[in-house]
Amino acid sequence: MQPTFSSSRILLPVRPWFIYSSLIVALLLNFLPTSNWFGVPDWVALVLCFWSVREFRRVGMGWAFILGLLMDVADGAVLGQHCFAYVLLAYFSTSLSRRLLWFPLFQQALQVLPLLLMTQLIQLLMRLAVGADFPGWSFFVGPFIASLLWIPATFILLLPQYRPVEQNPDRPI
Amino acid sequence: MAGIDHAPPPFFKRGPAPLALLTFYVLISLAVFVVDLRFRGLDLLRQSIALLVDPVQRVAQTPGSLVDYAANYLQGMQLLQRENDELRHAKLTTAPNLLRLEQLEAENERLRKLLVVNERENAKGQVAQILYTARDPFSRKVIVDKGQQSGIVAGQPAIDEAGVVGQVTRVFPFSSEITLITDKDQAVPVQIVRTGQRSVVFGLGNGQLELRYMPANADVQVGDVLVTSGLDSVYLQGFPVARVVNVERDSAYSFARIFAAPIAGVENFGEVMILDPRQPLPPPPPAAQGRSSDGSDQAGLRPKKKRAAKGN
Repeated sequence: MQPTFSSSRILLPVRPWFIYSSLIVALLLNFLPTSNWFGVPDWVALVLCFWSVREFRRVGMGWAFILGLLMDVADGAVLGQHCFAYVLLAYFSTSLSRRLLWFPLFQQALQVLPLLLMTQLIQLLMRLAVGADFPGWSFFVGPFIASLLWIPATFILLLPQYRPVEQNPDRPI
Repeated sequence: MAGIDHAPPPFFKRGPAPLALLTFYVLISLAVFVVDLRFRGLDLLRQSIALLVDPVQRVAQTPGSLVDYAANYLQGMQLLQRENDELRHAKLTTAPNLLRLEQLEAENERLRKLLVVNERENAKGQVAQILYTARDPFSRKVIVDKGQQSGIVAGQPAIDEAGVVGQVTRVFPFSSEITLITDKDQAVPVQIVRTGQRSVVFGLGNGQLELRYMPANADVQVGDVLVTSGLDSVYLQGFPVARVVNVERDSAYSFARIFAAPIAGVENFGEVMILDPRQPLPPPPPAAQGRSSDGSDQAGLRPKKKRAAKGN
């Protein structure tokens, strides 16, 4: 697989442990005490979306469900709130994956934005339906920042898969 | 013929269809959502996941708390000395009241014994450190470092040095969750100190509290202090809760809109005191024989009121 459609470089196969450790790091980033900062993105949603676009055979709705359950307990939210949103996010990003990778990075970020907004909106609707208060429009700033972070996240998360540019003809891989 | 009843070997292992998986997970998450919210039946699942998540979360909190600690450390002697002076001064100003408190309590107890009134309950509890605020933007909760291991049970009230902070709502093995009085779903039965009027104060979710269902001509003024009334068998009587900051009286509505600000440092970090659960209330007195015939509606009303008070 290539980084984008215009790239002539072919990526190495991904290592499973890298996927799982990146998801755990995202979870740790979410646990940092940043809850009352302005516009902090949902790291788990971003990384989950990235891997379900890139490697939907390895990361899918099952992982989304488990991560959602962990986030629900860590947040003190109602169980099932993040699960539902993340499962839908994983499903839609998997179904978009064929199309998404045909765009350059910035346009990919534009296509990811509605997915991340949907994740927040689903959580908001679930809580509003059972009598919570609207937490303010800053709740929706996170996805915008997260979709901007799609570009650096692509570079960082694909880093172990790049081959060296000068290749030794004696060692083709 | 042997090969016919065997399906061809799968060339590509793909698992169940995505739509089937989606339906499965969506149904499970919705079921979990409803069960957790309406029936509170998943506390064991939550506790066991918390056992996994809690250490990780504490590790993630360390950078922030280290910075806080360093900042505190570097603030230096001068601040500490000033604080020390202030505290000594405050101690001196409260000394006349405090010194006589013991004697007053003894006297109170003796008088209560003479009057054959039940003894006042003592406030005992354990100090807990606030670890972090819960990330959920829809509610106002904090996590403290004492849990089932320290004998905390759900329902215990938490106070700080100024007044009521909140109530323990969920208990995990090594931590517990305190819902602050400013949370939207939190209500505290209170009494206005100046007039003795009882009411219930509700959180608004934005850091303020509202005294609801008070008639438009109710005797409430800006600056009135609300203390716990003790009618709920959760909070002991007399802890400060909030101070009235704004009263809107509109004759178009039958109720006044009364806003109050919490007295305790509800949004601060630091230590809270988790008070032990109150002793169970004495059984209600048996209904009088004579009144049961004519006052049947009153008798029907009484248990309903009690349930409403307990629900808070």
